[in-house]
Amino acid sequence: MHQERVAAFAQVVCFTPSINEKFNQANWVLGGNVALTDVLQVVSLTDPGKIRGHNEDCVESRAEFGIAVLADGMGGYNAGEVASGMATSAISAGLAESWTRETLKGLDRDAAMALSQKVVQNQTAKANAAIYAAAQKDPHCAGMGTTLVTCLFYDNFLTVGHVGDSRLYRLRNDVLDQITRDHSLLQEQIDSGLISKEDARSSHNKNLVTRAVGIDPEVETEVHTYDVLPDDIFLLCSDGLNDMIEDEEIQMTLIALQSNLELSAQQLVQAANDAGGRDNVSVMLVRVLKSYAVERGFWATVKSWFR
Amino acid sequence: MAKLILSVDGTVLKEITLSKERTTLGRKPHNDIPVDNLAVSGEHAAIITILNDSFIEDLNSTNGTLVNGKPIKKHFLQNNDVIEIGKHKLKYFNDAPVASTAGDFEKTMIIRKPAASAPAAVAPPPQAPAPVQAPAANLSDTHTNMKPMAPPAAPATAPSAPPAPAQFHDPNSPARDSAIQVLSGAAAGRTLDLTKNLTTIGKPGVQVAVITRRPTGFFITHVEGAVFPTINGVALSGQAKQLVDHDLIEIAGIKMEFFYKP
Repeated sequence: MHQERVAAFAQVVCFTPSINEKFNQANWVLGGNVALTDVLQVVSLTDPGKIRGHNEDCVESRAEFGIAVLADGMGGYNAGEVASGMATSAISAGLAESWTRETLKGLDRDAAMALSQKVVQNQTAKANAAIYAAAQKDPHCAGMGTTLVTCLFYDNFLTVGHVGDSRLYRLRNDVLDQITRDHSLLQEQIDSGLISKEDARSSHNKNLVTRAVGIDPEVETEVHTYDVLPDDIFLLCSDGLNDMIEDEEIQMTLIALQSNLELSAQQLVQAANDAGGRDNVSVMLVRVLKSYAVERGFWATVKSWFR
Repeated sequence: MAKLILSVDGTVLKEITLSKERTTLGRKPHNDIPVDNLAVSGEHAAIITILNDSFIEDLNSTNGTLVNGKPIKKHFLQNNDVIEIGKHKLKYFNDAPVASTAGDFEKTMIIRKPAASAPAAVAPPPQAPAPVQAPAANLSDTHTNMKPMAPPAAPATAPSAPPAPAQFHDPNSPARDSAIQVLSGAAAGRTLDLTKNLTTIGKPGVQVAVITRRPTGFFITHVEGAVFPTINGVALSGQAKQLVDHDLIEIAGIKMEFFYKP
């Protein structure tokens, strides 16, 4: 008799889904990814320019996951195209896979930031290893590499990892700031006081990067996290843009055309081409439409079961 | 590679290729470019060459160093600059890098650092906003043999070229200036010069168009608004339209005329 009751009790317990299972079920239904629905408006445009026959730039984004990646490839035999393509697809796929609700479960904002930096570092290291290996295998790809700008948006912050001289700018309250600092010979000269910014404009040493993805077994990615406000507009671009037009013109364009992101992108590329178009030019504009803070706490968790 | 032509009193003495990182000039014979003249100091000046760029620095000489007639302490050399030391002249030549194919120009390339690098004296970027978390990355120095230059104080000389004007004068810009004259509404009679590369017109949030200044002329494009502006009564399409002298634009209920300035 006692055993029957225990058995019956056990049955009842087994068939009541646990709280954990319910949470996981909600995750499974939504695919497990963080969802930034209607938070980011992303417009990308890439153009070979007026001189170069091939386009070795690559851009990729997954706005709903908060991911944006830009790469400018280099290498003989147009292998730059291979390197930049590998970088953008590997990193955007890798981020989508590793940046999930599972991994972020229970983390506060600081911990989420730290994790985002680690994830960006790791994905860049993985892409570096893959490109390096491919370069060893194929003689046509020997020495190929790429610059990289990776953006990951989450919880009202942005983590950006970069290697090389492709840039991230931010327009906030009609002021354009360059967020990343180039890993280039020219920038190092400017930093050590060897050359002024004005003189740097007429330097013959442009386009010499001191770091790139895929050229060495290891790569050092520079990673930072920044707070983000609604209405911020971020611009990822290859040097084909900022080598042809001045920052003042980029700022003026973004301010004047901020109500039309597609037109802003077209205008930037057109201006670069009008000024000579001597290199591939790529721009990716990301507008933050609203706050995307993460709800935390008990009730937030309960609510998430019913989404 | 950059080079110098040394001359005195109009007579060419020799041609020097700037192949070394540091090329010294002075009266003493140990200099890379000995200049035998009493007006020249023992160690008068040095030219630092980093790949395709060269700088000349005066080494506290008695009579100073001139570039294009102006005394300098340190100067970033441009093609055709003329350096004067005592009575001797050195003309600097640095053509744009000769690329093997047109596509090589402006190509991004990796530059490898020498194995032994001096530790960095890196100034923080003046414009970069403060990141939320401090970066772990460090930036190392460039060439090993570089003598670190003291960070320049306020430049002793006026810059050789005037600072870029607010409206970036682009040699590719159309030769003719243009303007819009407002014909109706509260601002009727006002003229707006189209000096910038982009000028927006209309009412933000209602109807906005942009006039872009390009090498081939002036173009108008619709930016925002459900209704498109009209040019000579014809509504703009989604594409840019080139503006012709005396075109009549109507936007956000205001009429205006585009015209080339005489």
